[in-house]
Amino acid sequence: MIDVVYFAWVRERIGLPRERVETSATSVAGLIEELTAREDRYAAAFADLSALRVALDQELGSFDSSLAGVREVAFFPPMTGG
Amino acid sequence: MTVRVETQPFDIGAETNAFAAACDGAGAIVTFTGIVRDVSGGLIAMEIEHYPGMTERALTAIRDEAVTRWSLGGALIIHRYGRLAPGEQIMMVATAAPHRADAFAAAEFLMDFLKSRAPFWKKEITAVGATWVDSKRSDEDALQRWQGADSSKG
Repeated sequence: MIDVVYFAWVRERIGLPRERVETSATSVAGLIEELTAREDRYAAAFADLSALRVALDQELGSFDSSLAGVREVAFFPPMTGG
Repeated sequence: MTVRVETQPFDIGAETNAFAAACDGAGAIVTFTGIVRDVSGGLIAMEIEHYPGMTERALTAIRDEAVTRWSLGGALIIHRYGRLAPGEQIMMVATAAPHRADAFAAAEFLMDFLKSRAPFWKKEITAVGATWVDSKRSDEDALQRWQGADSSKG
């Protein structure tokens, strides 16, 4: 089980801020593939990966990052702080 | 507290005075304050979302790097989230150093990293709807100048 959290328009498109996901994926890309196959709203959120960023246990990662030992994966658009 | 993520307004003067008092002996203090501005007209509010936990970690890491890189006497980051009206303060940074060049450079460094490496997202609310603010290529490019060789004397 892994916690998956969504922010900004990713959260709005998927329709929830956080969920626990049963996954056999070993990488972020694998997790995205599983989620995309679930429902259209996931497919819509993950349609353009260049518009997405990922964090693993609250550290920025990449789509080929391993999920080994990871408890929380976050998906969000590029950040706009300041 | 040298990193604060909060909803309530802050008093720039009081924060700057408290920061200066805590950085006794600094020859230079630079502060920057970001304000919600109504670029296209018709802005009702700016909603700022963040990633609790990761935000504090990212800001602390950015702050600690600035302190080390420029041997600062202190550095402060305050960033608000929630619903803000045009004209309200969004965030501030303050840096203290023996000389102004380091204080200015460190403040710019903090701002450049805050823009695209701190997990905040802005949404503009207008009478016709709400729009997420896109990240700017120029913000990403601004990080480049801090990469690689130590530019603290640059």
